[in-house]
Parts: sequence; C-alpha cells; structure tokens
Amino acid sequence: MTWEWEVFLRDTGGDQTYLEWLMSAWGWTLAVAACAWVVAFGLGAVVGTLRTTPNVWLVRFGNAWVELFRNIPLLVQIFLWYHVIPAMIPVMKSLPSFVLVVLALGFFTSARVAEQVRAGIQSLSKGQRYAGLAMGLTLPQTYFHVLLPMAFRIVVPPLTSEAMNIIKNSSVAFAVSVAELTMFAMQAQEETSRGVEVYLAVTGLYIVTAMTINRIMAYVEKRVRVPGYVGGGN
Amino acid sequence: MKFPANLVPALVAALIGAAFAVPVQAQTIDKVKKSGELTMGVRESSAPLSFTLGAGQFTGYHVDVCQAVIDNMKKMTGGNIKVNYMPVTSQNRIPLTQNGTVDMECGSTTNNAARQKDVSFGMTTFVTEVRTAVKANSGITSVSQLNGKNLATTTGTTSVQTLRKYERAGKIDFKEIFGKDHSDSFLLLETGRADAFVMDDNILAGLIATAKSPADYRIVGEVLSVEPIAVMIRKDDPTMKKLVDDTIRDMMRSGALEKLYNKWFLSPIPPKNTSVNLPMGATLRALFSAPNDNPMETYVAK
Repeated sequence: MTWEWEVFLRDTGGDQTYLEWLMSAWGWTLAVAACAWVVAFGLGAVVGTLRTTPNVWLVRFGNAWVELFRNIPLLVQIFLWYHVIPAMIPVMKSLPSFVLVVLALGFFTSARVAEQVRAGIQSLSKGQRYAGLAMGLTLPQTYFHVLLPMAFRIVVPPLTSEAMNIIKNSSVAFAVSVAELTMFAMQAQEETSRGVEVYLAVTGLYIVTAMTINRIMAYVEKRVRVPGYVGGGN
Repeated sequence: MKFPANLVPALVAALIGAAFAVPVQAQTIDKVKKSGELTMGVRESSAPLSFTLGAGQFTGYHVDVCQAVIDNMKKMTGGNIKVNYMPVTSQNRIPLTQNGTVDMECGSTTNNAARQKDVSFGMTTFVTEVRTAVKANSGITSVSQLNGKNLATTTGTTSVQTLRKYERAGKIDFKEIFGKDHSDSFLLLETGRADAFVMDDNILAGLIATAKSPADYRIVGEVLSVEPIAVMIRKDDPTMKKLVDDTIRDMMRSGALEKLYNKWFLSPIPPKNTSVNLPMGATLRALFSAPNDNPMETYVAK
C-alpha cells in the first residue's frame, strides 16, 4: 500500500489543517485524562482509606462506592451522567459534556484507586497501626504519619497502571462529543479516506502519552523510595 | 537473556507487513462460485436503506437491490448462493470490502472521489440531501435561524464537514454536538441537548418514523449538500461491476426499482409499520432514466 502522510497538511474546511486538529484533539485527551485523574486520585485515596478504618459505617460506605463504580461498564456510566442524571437533576443540563466526562471517568477510576490504596494499607503489618496508637497518636494522626506514607509508596506501581489506563479510557469521551483523539480518528478517517495514516498517528500519540506517564511515575517511585523497604535498594 | 537486537527490525517489519498486507482477491464472482457463499455488508441502523430487525435479520432498500444482484449471480454461477450478513460501520466498511471480508456492501455509503481510489460503486440507486431535523414546536424553518443554536450530527459522517464549510462561509455560527451514532444524535435532539440534527434526509426521515411520537419532529430548511448513495464493491473487478450495474439498469428500466423505492420510502415499513414518507426527488428521478456512477463531487458543482 502507499502512504499519504501529507493528508495531515490538508485543510479540514474549517480554517485549520488536520495536523492542527490532531494536536487540539491530543490536548483534549490530555485535559480529560488529567482532570479525571485529579478526581480519581483524590476520591480514591479518601475512599480507600475509609475502607480500612475501624468504623463499620465508613467501611460499608467505601465498599458500596467501589462496588457501584467498579461494576458498571464505563461507557454505560458516561451515558448515565450525560443522559439520565441531567434528566433527573435539571441543573446538570447546563454542565458542558467535558465536566460530565471528567466526573464519570474520575468516579470510575476512583473505585479502582480506592481498591489499590486499601490493599496498600492492609499490606502493612498490623503492628504499625498499634505502634502508632500506643505512642499516643490519635487514629487520624496514625494514618497521616505512620500508615499512609508507607501505603502510598507501596501502591505507586499499580497507580502507574491506573494513570496509564485513564489516558486510554479517556477515549470514551468521544461518545458525548468531546473532540478528543478517538473522535478525531473516527471523523478524520471518514473525511480523508486515509484511515491507516490517521489511526497510526493517533496510536502513536496514545503510546507517547502513556509512556510519558509511565516514566514520570517511575521517577516518582524512585524519588520517594524508602531505602531497605519495598523494592528499595536490595 | 538479551533479546537479539538484530531481530527487532525484522520482527517489526513482519508485524507491519502482516497487518497491512491486503490479500490479492480473486474476482468476486469466481470466489462465490468456488465457495457457494457471499458476504453482504449491511448496516444496523440506516433505515430504510439497510437496517436490522433484530435476531440477525437485515432488510432495507439496498438489501433488496443486492438480493436482485445475487439472484442474477445465481444464474451465472449455476448454483445456490448462501448469503452471510455482516454488520459494518462507517469506520470499517471500506477496509472490510477491500480485504475481501465483505463481498458487496449494501448500506448507505456515499460515492465520492476519495473513496473511488479504494473501492468501486454500482450505479447510483439513491440520492440523499443533507438537511435539518428540528422539533416541530421550535419554530425553526430555515438554516439561517440556527445561529447560536446547538446542532447535533453523527461522528464519522460527511455531514460534519458540510457544516464546517457552511460555518466558515460566515453564514451562521453554531455549536456542534456529536452523537456517536445516528440514534444517539437523535436522542440529543429528543432530550433538548441539541436544537437541530443535521444529517442525510433519508436517515432523518427513518429516525423520525421510528421515534416515540413522529409528529413532534420536522425536516426543514435548505439542502446543505447532495450525495449519491450506492452499493459498494471491490475495485478492479469488472465482471462484478458489470453484473451490479446491469442488474440496477434493468431494474430502473423495468420499473422494479421504483417499485422497491415506493415500498421502502412511501409505504409502512417494519419494525413499527410507519412510513418514512420521502417521495423521490428530481435528481434521483433523472438518474433512473440515465443511470451513472458519478462521485459526489459532480453533484456539488451544481
């Protein structure tokens, strides 16, 4: 087959080339993923921590949260946020679809982050919690100064996977009209009939983005490592 | 163990080669004769041209046209032909036709010059006009009234491009919302997220006919672009092209195709037994008396 990469220099009919559109689509992908990650990490850390507390109601709340958002397919959740919830709460109709996608993707991923964080905390020996409490620290203080600093270090590798996943999962945003990479690919291949070039370029950008996240997280992992503990220096 | 570095380029080349090798296809009719089977590419929701009734059943105007082609093909191959239906999408229909997965695509594919580089089209059997569907009580009757409104259209269709050109021409300014498929775009109109839905008139008519209350919607405004729709086949397959074209020409001459048109566009159709109610336009009528397979670009010139 013949390549026709100059397709990216063609005009879309809207005062920009396909290359410019591709770059703006990449921007949308990054924006959706980054905002959703902030939501996911924030909520996930809180919910995951709640699930390890001695309070049974907090644990139940955390479990319900995780099961709810983990057991519904992501695309279905996006449609619930976009079509169903605004029908019940009219105020949400005025929210741009970008916000709804960030919430949907953020909540979905928060369930997964919560599960990692819970696992991280539970992987610590019980003695650490008791030691903290025995020293006279309150329960929140034990969490902040003893348990969480170690737990978050332990879960950096699985969180790396989640951060890379959120980049890839952001592709569902096309379904509610966010002009991100997947939508660009579907639309541009139709308009230009050069599907292979378009999809290769988009694939390349996804790989570059995910690999960059991977490297950043690897750097974080290295910087926060406690020597002699979990994979540190032995 | 270290992976032998000199193997990497060879492996990559092999993978890429395997991914993009388009097998050289035998002529479609020979292939069907040999296997006794033909794969028809169909659409899930392009009523009334090509759509599903559920349970793996497909029907529509173009499915009927293709059935006539297959009947003629049976006379040539002298045996029975088993038809396999394969649902395709806007994204995969051309690659699947090229690589031989689909032998004949009977959906709602616009014949344009860019696509003619990759595939071949039968004689134009339908002409669609890109128009606007609105809610009947919206008071919108013309495209110029869409200024500042939300317009829905479907990702992966040529209507998006038409809109963009229209917008750049400075005629109107609007916000585009993209549905992931036609029923999704229609849902945007139905729930009020969009004020109008810009799409091929037959698709709009089909969606309205199957809507909860068809009377609530109306197709209005100017024609934004005219597109010839045809059956799609593999490129460089003269015997197949001739069979398709001859069948369609005969049907146009004998009046069989007009009868099919009336069946699908003017009479009640399944699954809801409502009529699309889209009388044949002047462009298509002219094509029936002088069939051709010209691409969309020749229509835009007008």
